[in-house]
Amino acid sequence: MQLTAVGIRGKDGIVFGVEKLVTSKLYEAGANKRIFNIDRHIGLAVAGLLADSRQIVEVAREEASNYRFNYGTAIPLKHLTDRVSGYIHAHTLYSSVRPFGVSCILGSYDDEGPVMYMIDPSGVSWMRDMPITDLVKEVAKIIYIVHDEVKDKNFELELSWVGETEKFAKEALEESDDSDEEEL
Amino acid sequence: METQFTTEFWRNGPTPGGLYQFPGQGNNQKVSQYGPAKHTLNLSRLMKVNDSTIIGAGGDYADYQFLKSLIEQRVIEEECLNDGFNYTPNSLYSWLTRVMYNRRSNFNPLWNVFVVGGLQNGEPFLGYIDKIGIAYQAPTIATGYGAYIAQPLLREAYEKNPNMSLTDAERHIDRCLKILYYRDARSLNKYEVAIVTKDGSIVKGPISSNPNWEVAKMIKGYE
Repeated sequence: MQLTAVGIRGKDGIVFGVEKLVTSKLYEAGANKRIFNIDRHIGLAVAGLLADSRQIVEVAREEASNYRFNYGTAIPLKHLTDRVSGYIHAHTLYSSVRPFGVSCILGSYDDEGPVMYMIDPSGVSWMRDMPITDLVKEVAKIIYIVHDEVKDKNFELELSWVGETEKFAKEALEESDDSDEEEL
Repeated sequence: METQFTTEFWRNGPTPGGLYQFPGQGNNQKVSQYGPAKHTLNLSRLMKVNDSTIIGAGGDYADYQFLKSLIEQRVIEEECLNDGFNYTPNSLYSWLTRVMYNRRSNFNPLWNVFVVGGLQNGEPFLGYIDKIGIAYQAPTIATGYGAYIAQPLLREAYEKNPNMSLTDAERHIDRCLKILYYRDARSLNKYEVAIVTKDGSIVKGPISSNPNWEVAKMIKGYE
């Protein structure tokens, strides 16, 4: 099944969206949800096998619960992601178990502000907080992917960004200075 | 709508405090804090479980904190499921009776007395559970010293006016706690109130009642 889950981190929160395919008319509206609560401050959106994702949700809730019991505070998403991704990774290491067929996006909002991580079936996790150079590449990639070469007309990619431009501008300047000197 | 009030006072150590309930426009629990260690501390003995449920605790504070953390986690689990169900006063009371009875049966009791209150399907609920698993429901509940002093006052007030208003009920509870403060030399003039109405539940305080020591000089023989 082709299933998409997306998450966006804003400055004051996280938004998840999931394309949940309804595979049978017999399902009640709202059945087989793909976005879960893990704790009061953490949400999880999944793409992949729903049965597998429910196991991950159970583990994540257990970890959040244990953390709260032991430390008396809500688990930071960094810690939860570490534990859940460790669990998912462990299932890639042994012949007696199969890996989880699930990619999940974890989002939290607490004193630290909004945080978002993604874990893929290999157990690799990363925070969607990329340097602007990577962001630019990602944006370009998306534009190229959504462009249908057959159906659509040719296009020019326009890119723009704001950020710590001073730093990048300086680097760019230094680079060009160097090359200028070499030429001379 | 008929609702209820409870109050509690407690002392530090194994003697549990008291909890009272009144019908009125809400469920109301109060705690007066006393005991030598409590003069410097502002420890709450009341917990808001959810919008329809509150509990008050007497006895060992560490045991209360332990159970509180269990309840909090269970409430979070209910919230995570997001299916519209949550703990009700009756279900929490029922669960607590099993926990307390189980612990005492293993000779390892949680040294507490609990009063669970709230609105159960819009109807007022008040239940008592102690460290050996004794549990009952009643329109007024008082534990510890409060069972001797406040319970008769509350019953009297309840019988005279079973449908009192919220302010009336709060006034009665303040009176009870003031009398308890007068009678117990180790008590502290400070208490908390928890109220459940159909609009939700709150814990408020600490509140100090207004004592009148004018009568003190009339007492002879203790100089």
